[in-house]
Amino acid sequence: MAEKRRTIIPIGPYHPLQEEPEFYKLFVEGERIVDIDVRIGYNHRGIEKLAESKHYDQIVYLIERICGICSTSHPIAYVQAVEDIMGDIEIPERALYIRSIIGELERVHSHLLWLGLAGHFLGYNTVFMWAWKYREPVLDIFEVISGNRNHYAMLKPGGVRRDIDDDAIPGIIKILDDLIPVLDMFKGAVLDDPVLAARLKGVGILSKKDIVEYSALGPVARASGIEIDVRKDEPYAAYDRVKWNVITQQEGDVFAKAVVRILETYESISIIKQCLQKMPKGPIDAELKDIPPGEGIGHHEAPRGETFHYVRSDGTNSPVRHKVRAPTFMNFPTFKASVIGERVADATIILAAIDPCYCCTERMSVIDRKSGKQLLAGEQLIKLSQERTKEIARKMGRS
Amino acid sequence: MITDREEAIKLIEQKFGNRILKSFRKTKKRLYIDIKPSDVPEVVGFIFRDLGARHNISTGIDTPDGIEILYHLELDKALIIITVRTLLDKMKPKVPSVAASITAFDWIEREIHDLLGVEFVGHPDMRRLLLSDDWPEGKHPLRRDFEGI
Repeated sequence: MAEKRRTIIPIGPYHPLQEEPEFYKLFVEGERIVDIDVRIGYNHRGIEKLAESKHYDQIVYLIERICGICSTSHPIAYVQAVEDIMGDIEIPERALYIRSIIGELERVHSHLLWLGLAGHFLGYNTVFMWAWKYREPVLDIFEVISGNRNHYAMLKPGGVRRDIDDDAIPGIIKILDDLIPVLDMFKGAVLDDPVLAARLKGVGILSKKDIVEYSALGPVARASGIEIDVRKDEPYAAYDRVKWNVITQQEGDVFAKAVVRILETYESISIIKQCLQKMPKGPIDAELKDIPPGEGIGHHEAPRGETFHYVRSDGTNSPVRHKVRAPTFMNFPTFKASVIGERVADATIILAAIDPCYCCTERMSVIDRKSGKQLLAGEQLIKLSQERTKEIARKMGRS
Repeated sequence: MITDREEAIKLIEQKFGNRILKSFRKTKKRLYIDIKPSDVPEVVGFIFRDLGARHNISTGIDTPDGIEILYHLELDKALIIITVRTLLDKMKPKVPSVAASITAFDWIEREIHDLLGVEFVGHPDMRRLLLSDDWPEGKHPLRRDFEGI
């Protein structure tokens, strides 16, 4: 019997569009992936260490820059950690509503961004163009509220920095209402498409056991039937003051993850609208005392799952330790469980399904382990993924 | 998964009783338990496997008394975060690995190993996670005495 040829596919680590560089090595035999290795740390910025040299107000500014897509997730978690140290502080109602509004607006634009990239990998470039087009009005809302389209600088320990002008609310609600038919269109284009169903169902499955074993989070866990969502489990901001549902699916495949994200976007829009309508008038921040020695934990359900912050204070104006855990840190290792046994052509979309950094796949290349010869470059791998969609479409007579 | 937080605390106290060096209930939703390093896999394993907690994350801190490791475990449906703490000797920080039996601790133990130089005895894959391959041995950037390389 001929010796099995194993090939290594290195992916990454750098690409100018990536928010976090990673390096993957896929070990393949023929078309099947038999093992995977992941290496991170290429762009470690030492933010936890840096936070120890900043005072509590400056840290909000610092950690808002951890991520460009979900920039407000870290501040929401962090300010709650600081408030947890202080203990008995009461945050004004209006500020709690504003925190929820900002958090959910971010989820809407982040999920649309994901949908666009997933579309691109599958060869549905219209989905890519349209999802990104309709993401823009959400950024417009941010501009109206905060003056910024990306780093909103809305959070501070004790409340929020800016109020939402009553005159702006009807305009915001109109933009959100106009998004509903757009989401309906995406729902139809993605969820009712037999080609995508054939392409994504049963691919990259994570079982309930995998989720528990890896402590995976967010849409990744919810797509495998695990109903965890800190907004519901340990409500903060105004999440217990409005009506909404946690979206779950049972299958755990790439398709289920897409379904969860699309349906969640509807829930987010509903939360924002309810908050805008129910938000009471009043102050937007509380008077803060000095931060006492002690420790605090804060968390927020970011678009990718729970963001977790641990802050320890010694009574000075800077923390002794500030631990930041982004959801991808827990979701990343699940790639090992979902990708083994799958086709090389499916690797890009399985990778994208946990919603880490999509652009790294553009740097993927297949290299023969023995000769070191490059077999497939990054662009060709995306092409491979797109061609597989076309092939399925052809077989179904829908090309 | 356990859904009653008082029940969860009672079960931990019953099982580990005198091995808990100190416990502190900060609020209803936060519990801190101090244990010896050698008890870590058993206590953390019990909370994770038997009570059905989720591993939020672990943290390492360089304190004047030694290297402190905190394992944050959340019982989502019982609404409590249990933080298991242990203090390691600063000169030779060493603790049995939890990742040896639970995958969810794999990456963070590698991270703490990189940043604070803690040895997780029995870890299945103690390669570097964050530090680059050419980073000098024995330099740990989150240590208080770190002054650059």
